[in-house]
Amino acid sequence: MIHIKQAMSLNVMPIVKKEFRQIKRDKRILGVLLFIPSLLLVMFGYALNFDVKNTPMAVYDEDRSIVSRSFLEKFFVTEHFNLYKQLENKKEIDELLDGEMVRVVLVVPHDFSKKIQRGEEARIQVIVDGSNSNAASITLGYVNTIIQQYSLNVISEAIIKSGRRQFQLPVDFRPRILYNPELRSAKFLVPGLIAFILMVTTVISTSLSIARERELGTIEQIMISPVKPIELILGKTLPYVLISVVATIAILFAGYIFFGVTIKGSIFLLSLVTFIFLVTGLGMGLLISSLAETQQLAFMIAAITSLLPTFILSGFIFPIRNMPIVIQGITYLLPARYFLVALRAIILKGAGIEAFWEQVLYLTIYAILMLGISSLKMKKVLA
Amino acid sequence: MKAILHIVRKEFIQFMQDRKMFGISIVAPILQLIILGYAATFDVSKIPIVVCDYDNSPSSREFIRKFTNTDYFRVARYTDDLKDVDEMLDCGSASVAVIIPVDFQKKLINGNVAQIMLIVDGTETSTANVGLNHASVIISQYMQNIMVEALVKQGTRKIPARVMPEVRIWYNPELRSRNFMVPGVLGLLLMVITTILTSLAIVREKELGTLEQLIVTPIKPYQLIIGKFLPFIILGLVDVILVVFLTNLVFGLPVKGGVLVLLLLSLVFLMTTLGLGLFVSTISKTQQQAMMTAIFFCIMPMIFFSGFVFPIENMPTILRYVSYFLPLRYYFVIVRGLFLKGVGLNILWPQALALLIFGITILTLSSLRFHKKLE
Repeated sequence: MIHIKQAMSLNVMPIVKKEFRQIKRDKRILGVLLFIPSLLLVMFGYALNFDVKNTPMAVYDEDRSIVSRSFLEKFFVTEHFNLYKQLENKKEIDELLDGEMVRVVLVVPHDFSKKIQRGEEARIQVIVDGSNSNAASITLGYVNTIIQQYSLNVISEAIIKSGRRQFQLPVDFRPRILYNPELRSAKFLVPGLIAFILMVTTVISTSLSIARERELGTIEQIMISPVKPIELILGKTLPYVLISVVATIAILFAGYIFFGVTIKGSIFLLSLVTFIFLVTGLGMGLLISSLAETQQLAFMIAAITSLLPTFILSGFIFPIRNMPIVIQGITYLLPARYFLVALRAIILKGAGIEAFWEQVLYLTIYAILMLGISSLKMKKVLA
Repeated sequence: MKAILHIVRKEFIQFMQDRKMFGISIVAPILQLIILGYAATFDVSKIPIVVCDYDNSPSSREFIRKFTNTDYFRVARYTDDLKDVDEMLDCGSASVAVIIPVDFQKKLINGNVAQIMLIVDGTETSTANVGLNHASVIISQYMQNIMVEALVKQGTRKIPARVMPEVRIWYNPELRSRNFMVPGVLGLLLMVITTILTSLAIVREKELGTLEQLIVTPIKPYQLIIGKFLPFIILGLVDVILVVFLTNLVFGLPVKGGVLVLLLLSLVFLMTTLGLGLFVSTISKTQQQAMMTAIFFCIMPMIFFSGFVFPIENMPTILRYVSYFLPLRYYFVIVRGLFLKGVGLNILWPQALALLIFGITILTLSSLRFHKKLE
């Protein structure tokens, strides 16, 4: 609040107005900043799925018996696999996997039904395309589960045949999935997308808007006007804060309408954390524009320091826990890392401040540092 | 020809003069490749579990041992308080909780149904999925053992058969995400760098007003386009060589399918990205516009919908069709085929053909548009 009052007493409004007029005139940028984020969210929400479904599969059944057929059927009653082809010939396996026609091939050996009937261990060959390791390990998990289920059924049948009238499985296993019961990737990705999109809009647009004035030489005109550096900085960043806030609301709205993602925790906390994150992003944008004389350079620096790291290192898509220790250390340098933990806690888990106060603290320190350093640097550039 | 060379020289001089830019164009790919190679990992190494064993009996301990004996789980904490379970799941220090009620062993011995509760943190869907699958396999095997034991005790002569999967993983036997990501990063880098730099290179002249100076010189539009493009083609190919060198050195991942094929097909791919960059520049007035258009309409869809991380098979039908119009989709199949599978043109020709068609179309279209703009 004090921030804004101070801003008012300064001569900030003319610059804010100028910046807004410039943004408004450029309809495409305004549209891109306001609406594309929610559009992306909707598209991503539907498209970005770690849930592995409809994996194309080929089967090579050497046995060709009733037993082997009923075994293979188990795979195709689930939504996880699609039968691409019944192979006639072992050579086809290479071709199909090489050409990415199928991801999995099941080979049922010729003695499969015999072994089942004799009560011996029957082996099934599972050939998996491992190139996409994540999809491959999930697919393997499904294959394993289906095969185990089949074994379990065979044993149960044997027990029933042996004359037990009442039969129950010995263990009742009840999985309960917290926070995101349908395991929908969209829920996991919505908070991440908010962080990603806010990072793109704040860092890139702030750094570009100042770098642009530097490149076109108009910054000198501003410098000789009675505008103070702090006024210029505030005036340049405020419009983007506003636009980002509107974009955030639009994203949350789209997340609710299309994916039923509701904010389980407090909206006040959400706005607070988001605001701190926005300030951090703007600080980074300022810092970049103090380093770059051209828009091209500003963009490249922004892309390398904020865009890609937020995508890869913040835990948006790739769990930080799985990264090597050194890289885990690097992730502490990213504001999005802290923001994401807090966002997920608020939106998905409905946790209170006690679950993530540390993240808020670090983020605040980060924001103050960024703003401080960049203001000092900017003053030097403007002086 | 001479005119083209002049433009190429001008572009190179401009590029080299901007030292920071030059540094970034060379350093960025290296840095990104290494960080991506190490960080972009889905390898769910050991999922942390919290075990809440109320029974604390030989059976329950044996059951827990089934979890700890695999490479998939790591016990973060043993506890006998449900509050700890909640807390650990809430703050993310455990992803799975196994809760065994008091009467677990008693029920097993009496032949009643023993209950086990498994709680999974669903926020990270990938980890949750893998964890859930491993857990159900372990529990299913545990049940099978109990049932077979019971049958043996009953005196059944014929023990029922079990099916065991014999898994073979091709192309990437250790299932390392790195091997999948690194070739993909090559595609991403090429796309991002060339699309953005091309679109900016032309719009910059527009914005600074120097394009008009170029127009009044006797240089023809096609010469201008080729002259502007050549440096980026060279930059792109240098990046390819750099990446090939690095992946071999740092990650031990050679191009099994041959470097020459890779360079040839990368050249075809560059046609498409340069075409897109040119197209963006014909519809943008300022660099800011060009950049935003390139990011949101070319780069982001390509990152997300071409199969870089998310398999295309999982997408809704409409998006699957959309992905056919993204050149990166074909290039990903090409680089992964060349790096991981070691296949050649005999397998990859459909992708190469698709890129060629796309490249020629977009280049012709945007050159025509550019011509019109200049006249």
